[in-house]
Amino acid sequence: MSELINKQNSTMSKKRRKISKDESSLWWMYIPAFTAVSLFIIYPFLNGIQISFTDWDGFSQDSNWIGLDQYKRLFSDPLTWLVVRNTLLYGVGSTFLQLTIGLLYALLLNRSIKFKALTRTIIYLPVIISPLIMGYIWVFFFAYQGGALNDVIMWLGFDPVNALGNPSVNPWIIVLVNTYQFVGISMIIYLAGLQGISKDYYEAADIDGASAFQQFKKITLPLLMPSITINVVLNLIGGLKLFDVIVSLTGGGPGNASQSMSTFMYTLYFRREDAGYAATQGVLMTFMILAISLIALIYFKRKEVEA
Amino acid sequence: MKTTTKWLLSILALIISLIHFIPFYILMTTAFKDRTDFSSRWLFPDYVSFANFFDAWERANLTNAFMNSIIITVGAAVLLIFFGSMAAYPLARVKSKVNQFIFGLFVAIMVIPPLAALVPLYNLVVQMGLINTHAIAILNNFASFLPLTIFLYAGFIKSTIPKELEEAARIDGAGTVTLFFRIVFPLLKPITATILIISSVYIWNDYQFAIFFLQDSSVHTLTVTLSNFFGENQNNLNLVAAAALMASLPMIIVFLFLQKHFVSGLSSGAVKG
Repeated sequence: MSELINKQNSTMSKKRRKISKDESSLWWMYIPAFTAVSLFIIYPFLNGIQISFTDWDGFSQDSNWIGLDQYKRLFSDPLTWLVVRNTLLYGVGSTFLQLTIGLLYALLLNRSIKFKALTRTIIYLPVIISPLIMGYIWVFFFAYQGGALNDVIMWLGFDPVNALGNPSVNPWIIVLVNTYQFVGISMIIYLAGLQGISKDYYEAADIDGASAFQQFKKITLPLLMPSITINVVLNLIGGLKLFDVIVSLTGGGPGNASQSMSTFMYTLYFRREDAGYAATQGVLMTFMILAISLIALIYFKRKEVEA
Repeated sequence: MKTTTKWLLSILALIISLIHFIPFYILMTTAFKDRTDFSSRWLFPDYVSFANFFDAWERANLTNAFMNSIIITVGAAVLLIFFGSMAAYPLARVKSKVNQFIFGLFVAIMVIPPLAALVPLYNLVVQMGLINTHAIAILNNFASFLPLTIFLYAGFIKSTIPKELEEAARIDGAGTVTLFFRIVFPLLKPITATILIISSVYIWNDYQFAIFFLQDSSVHTLTVTLSNFFGENQNNLNLVAAAALMASLPMIIVFLFLQKHFVSGLSSGAVKG
């Protein structure tokens, strides 16, 4: 009897060993994915750092190692500061708006009101439209001639405005359009967070006589911190990378007034045959996005711990 | 909640919906109006005309653009589901140092803007002889959407697929390939639906890769076609609006029918992340 059990035990442990052996040999399953990502993202990215130290034009065979010259050029180029400023405006500006407006929408739609499903659908709908096309749609709205906005302005008795052609206004229009398009994602993430907060907290707060604002500040906001963190990081990365909607709304103009780092790189590479410098801009852009998202992530994660 | 508050908030929701719908409304009135009709874009035409749609389809060669967009979207989505789920499985199941590093690498890649690596990527694609091919559009979209795909699959496998099930199958003698494709993959259906839908929307709407790697008109996707068409018809925006509406319609329809997958996928990914 005991022999039989021992025998069974030993086959069982053999099978167990076989399982763990099989598990550690699963690594081949991510080789195709890893190869694709290495070839099309990691290698070009590393190669870009290398090209940023050359004067390569992007087409010819010869390129010379010129050390930090492109970086010196980068930091002395007034255009760099303009496009960095715009990129920050698009990233931070739309993040701020999406965070606050998305939260207000989520708080509203988390209550038992009419038209809830309809409102949620309509707010989310722009997310699925191509940002390029979304830009064109807003051109129909903002266009100087025949634009919907100017119809209203003229009905009110004012002179029509050329909003998209005005360099001090159009970066803000880009922020607004980007916010309009993606505020639905923030809203949905907040709604998921709100649904995870237990009703008990509010009931207890009611008994203690806490006001609605106090409840929001002491219960909702702290418990919503994980959703806020995700929204901050997602919106920052999206806004700092902005490209399509700028192309269709303003084309980066007038002049270079609304260029972001993405559209500026495009101009450098294709119109001016200045690949070495474009690569330098790419390096700056990547490290900027990386640094800003990391700082935001760490800052908001800390707040989560406190809550 | 008091009934008056409830109704006030409901009306507020309705007003917000109306404001958010304005761009779509303007798109429609513009698309349905004749070129000679200079009435305000706020007003719907009192006639029904599909002339712009036929005209735009013909002149922008939308048949070609739709075909290219469909081929690229389907191709990249199939690769994503197949190789993405396969890659996520060991990363979710086996907690070795190497796997943790690889998973971290995939997540970190999400931060790199595709355009930052554009210069060398373009060079690489030229050397591979893949410029102006469907293959490169498929591969680029596949690679850039892989990190998120793996992230979502890994989260789902960790939280919902019971390990005991796989162990039982192993004791019955199932090999890794059988185990994964016969037993695990079918259980991933909900997250597969979400990934399929979200990735299709992004690939369908891709402009950044398409504008660089698909310069020949025979391989132009909808977005590239639209941007060229806009450039040629600056003074006939009615035509552009009709083309824009047609290009967006497939994804609008998909969204309206499969809305819950968009929403549930986003929130589950968000809560677990």
